[in-house]
Amino acid sequence: MKLSGKVWKFGDHVNTDLIIPARYINSSDPDFLAAHCMEDADPDFAKKVRPGDIIVAGDNFGCGSSREHAPIALKAAGIAAVVARSFARIFYRSAFNTGLPIFEASTLYEAVREGDEIEVDAERGLIVTRGRDPQRFAIEPIPPFMRELIAAGGLMAYLKRRS
Amino acid sequence: MGMTITEKILAAHAGREEVHPGMLINARVDIALGHDVTAPIAIEEFRKAGGRKVFDRRKVVLVADHFTPNKDIKSAQQVKIMRDFAREHRLDHYYEGGKAGICHVLLPEQGIALPGDLIVGADSHTCTYGALGAFATGVGSTDLAAAMLTGELWFRTPESMKIVLTGKPPKWVSGKDIILYIIGRIGVDGAAYRAMEFTGAAVAELSMADRLAMANMVVEAGAKNGIFAPDAVTEDYVKYRAERDYLGWASDPDARYASVLEIDVSEIEPQVAFPHLPSNVKGLSKVGSIKIDQVFIGSCTNGRLEDLRLAAGLLRGREVAPFVRLIVIPATPEIYRTAMAEGLFDIFLDAGAVISPPTCGACLGGHMGVLADGERAVATTNRNFVGRMGHPGSEVYLANPAVAAASAILGRIAGPDELKGVHKL
Repeated sequence: MKLSGKVWKFGDHVNTDLIIPARYINSSDPDFLAAHCMEDADPDFAKKVRPGDIIVAGDNFGCGSSREHAPIALKAAGIAAVVARSFARIFYRSAFNTGLPIFEASTLYEAVREGDEIEVDAERGLIVTRGRDPQRFAIEPIPPFMRELIAAGGLMAYLKRRS
Repeated sequence: MGMTITEKILAAHAGREEVHPGMLINARVDIALGHDVTAPIAIEEFRKAGGRKVFDRRKVVLVADHFTPNKDIKSAQQVKIMRDFAREHRLDHYYEGGKAGICHVLLPEQGIALPGDLIVGADSHTCTYGALGAFATGVGSTDLAAAMLTGELWFRTPESMKIVLTGKPPKWVSGKDIILYIIGRIGVDGAAYRAMEFTGAAVAELSMADRLAMANMVVEAGAKNGIFAPDAVTEDYVKYRAERDYLGWASDPDARYASVLEIDVSEIEPQVAFPHLPSNVKGLSKVGSIKIDQVFIGSCTNGRLEDLRLAAGLLRGREVAPFVRLIVIPATPEIYRTAMAEGLFDIFLDAGAVISPPTCGACLGGHMGVLADGERAVATTNRNFVGRMGHPGSEVYLANPAVAAASAILGRIAGPDELKGVHKL
């Protein structure tokens, strides 16, 4: 599984209220949620983001509420992966459960700028920056069953496919 | 080797003699909880997996509390999905309308969440039940769906962090201040993935309301769960409420902890968390003059009867400052009724407050008190993220109910001692 896309940068403690404000979670429609994704951080994010783009963030990404609307909104907005220094635990589980690939990378954040292109190789456990001076960052590879789970679109679809 | 209370509860539910931090286990759940925001997605996932029957209709608990009474058509549709599911599966514990309260206040009050339980809920503040001596943690909707279907879920056994509380809290310092102080010390990811275990001589003096407020906010430090070993206070709270048998666990003397934090609560003053992180905490004496537009007393952190009594004690015979709105939301129907019977509603109404039916609404900017651009609120809630209570340009300051009430009266962030002739009810 290789993902390649443009970087959107956010800082530390990106919370689920920022990813999808509570005023929109009276719906669970992915397209509706996507239209308001990251709105309070950048009101035009949903318009600017392109399918395949990648979010790069600091510590504790996804902290706050347990709303699965957060990974759903990111995925439906076209975000192909989130790479952060660390993740809050509920978001970590929910991201995989909803089929949104996420990766921990300790030093990538400082090395990339918004708009840079990066390539994530989930099988080999490697992130490579694109451009004149490519840099390589080791990440924990995603094991085969998790890759299948992501390909299926989440935990439940994966379980059904296997049963 | 000894085990912590968290490890013992997990081991018991995984059918093992022993578990240790880092161990992945599959464990049986006693309660699987969802509400009107998270349950509809869980129900969809449940069906996606081909689910036809919940694992135990007594153990799946659904509460309509977030955008209820239904604030708009979208919310009404969400609640309908949940109500239809509850009816189809003949759930014992479905709460809506006059039966519904804020889930994390309702479940302990109704004796549904009990000591020794393993509880998962699709709400981050599910950790509240740790106050009773349960292992309780928030999960996403898909995990809830798996739990509703199978009655089991996988966990990584967390490392435990021991918080030793000593001393006697000064007047106006409550559980809320102790947990805010701790979050201020360790940061919003200072307990990431860990169990926060509260021990020490000061614990015996903490009421169940204080403990519930503290366990409620451990997630704001990134913790997986917070826990208090059951004692006489727990037994008093639980014995007439419990709807089934329960078990009190305690940590072994030789249990292992990843870290130990000692706090003398006699040195803490009331705490205020400034925007936009719960860790952005200052002691009340260092707050300065901050004018406010709204005060909210309620939520799963501080919407209990003790909180309302405390606020009413200060509001009695006083009025809310001009151009300041005070919103009081009793967390459950039982609290609502008792507060009314005790005359607290008269005090609130005379002071100029508005009283809402039980709902989470105001805490998360859902309804019942949304903030405009540039407005500031003092709230007895647990989160002050950007846009948490409304417009992204608004600000939320977290505080205890006494500080909230005094602030409403003075129109700025203030402590009860600044009011003339203060007395406790």
